[in-house]
Amino acid sequence: MIKISDTSIIELDVNGEKRKVVAEPSDTLLYTLRTELNLTGAKPGCENGDCGACTVIVDGWSVKSCIVLTVEMIGHKITTIEGLKNAPIQKAFVEKWGFQCGFCTSGFIMVCHALAEQHPEADEYVTEEWLQSNLCRCTSYQEIKEAVTSILHP
Amino acid sequence: MIPFKFEYYKPDTLKEAFDLYDYIKGQGKTPLYYGGGSEIITMSRANNLHMDAVIDLKGIPECCRIEMLDNKLIIGSAVTLSQISESGLFPLLGQTAARIADHTVQCRLTIGGNICGTIIYKETLLPLMICESRAVIYGKNGKREVQINQIFDKKLRLMPGEILSEIITDSNYLSFPYVHVKKTKSDKIAYPLLTVAAIKKDNNIKIAFSGLENHPFRSREIESFINGENMSDDDKINRIIGFQQSKVLDDAEGSSCYRTFVLKNTLENTLKMLEKVK
Ligand SMILES: Cc1cc2nc3c(=O)[nH]c(=O)nc-3n(C[C@H](O)[C@H](O)[C@H](O)COP(=O)(O)OP(=O)(O)OC[C@H]3O[C@@H](n4cnc5c(N)ncnc54)[C@H](O)[C@@H]3O)c2cc1C
Repeated sequence: MIKISDTSIIELDVNGEKRKVVAEPSDTLLYTLRTELNLTGAKPGCENGDCGACTVIVDGWSVKSCIVLTVEMIGHKITTIEGLKNAPIQKAFVEKWGFQCGFCTSGFIMVCHALAEQHPEADEYVTEEWLQSNLCRCTSYQEIKEAVTSILHP
Repeated sequence: MIPFKFEYYKPDTLKEAFDLYDYIKGQGKTPLYYGGGSEIITMSRANNLHMDAVIDLKGIPECCRIEMLDNKLIIGSAVTLSQISESGLFPLLGQTAARIADHTVQCRLTIGGNICGTIIYKETLLPLMICESRAVIYGKNGKREVQINQIFDKKLRLMPGEILSEIITDSNYLSFPYVHVKKTKSDKIAYPLLTVAAIKKDNNIKIAFSGLENHPFRSREIESFINGENMSDDDKINRIIGFQQSKVLDDAEGSSCYRTFVLKNTLENTLKMLEKVK
């Protein structure tokens, strides 16, 4: 049984590296990534599981890091936007102008990357289902959809 | 950030989890079982919930299984909504799960959390109610199996410390013709104005609702109107509306008049769709 009663040092697997962090049970993954690990790509937006700006990938699936406890992540593989190195979706976002102010961009890229990894054949319906998890207040939705479609169906 | 401290436990067995709950409670503290944690985290952050410890159920093998065994589908309470829809094992439940919250949140929400949480819609219950699913509950005397329709009365009637461990559905229910409709006020991703799930079994329609009252329900009266003989669909629907009208939810998501209007046209379509299938 795992038991964590107070501030503790735990090991997380982030972007392929084992990282020791100080965490308490009440810390969200978003908080730990940004303040302990200085990985500020995941953004605090609504912090209520609605906007998707804080999305990261855990064991291959997109996850909103504001509604996950850091301590739950022991033994899981976390990928943040900083861990993507020239992934096809990053280039596609640039080519298709998939962003405006950029605040939501890392969350959208993580969702699109997870989709491409989990369902490389995804059709329009599935693609829209996944994209609906994130909000872009500048309304770049059409360009974002074009970006992900361009890597799914080149 | 959650503005208060609490302890985190991840036990390996149901017994360990139950004993831990009992022990923490015995110290005058508040423990909470923890599935996907989305409701616990969002409500705690807003100071609407307080606990001294969370007991994460995701380390318990029974709670994490989803498999067919002896013509029964067994779904652990810590199985996520996206695992259910991706598995394709229970199409009606999968379709219902895929319309709760959004896809990324579905990768965290557990079926146990959806059923045991405080948010009133609990949409995954609808398929379970009409498919006569059973809940496996772990408590003081070990496991017991009970009909969901018996143990759910406005909420899941668990004794303190009891854990919903699994949900069992007979495999013959997984392939009956079905209808699932979720109607929301404006956005596709939102709480339901009305969600309806219905199946047709031996020429009988079984139907359950969420969003119509402040808890999901299946009603024998409504089913008897729907399956009544020598009645037109209009008559059936008018009788249902007459029976249900005074109980329809009236809140910021939708007035009772609007919800009743949505109920009427949703029933029309549901009946038409199910009449076409044998
Ligand atoms: C953004 C968002 C949108 C949503 N939209 C919808 C919607 O459209 N329709 C809908 O029906 N719901 C919706 N919900 C509600 C959601 O399904 C519930 O909040 C659900 O409780 C979340 O599941 P969880 O696994 O995260 O629960 P948790 O937060 O882990 O737990 C919720 C509660 O259930 C208890 N619990 C969990 N598992 C068990 C168990 N196995 N045995 C006993 N008690 C248990 C916990 O102690 C806690 O009190 C939404 C929630 C969010 C965050």
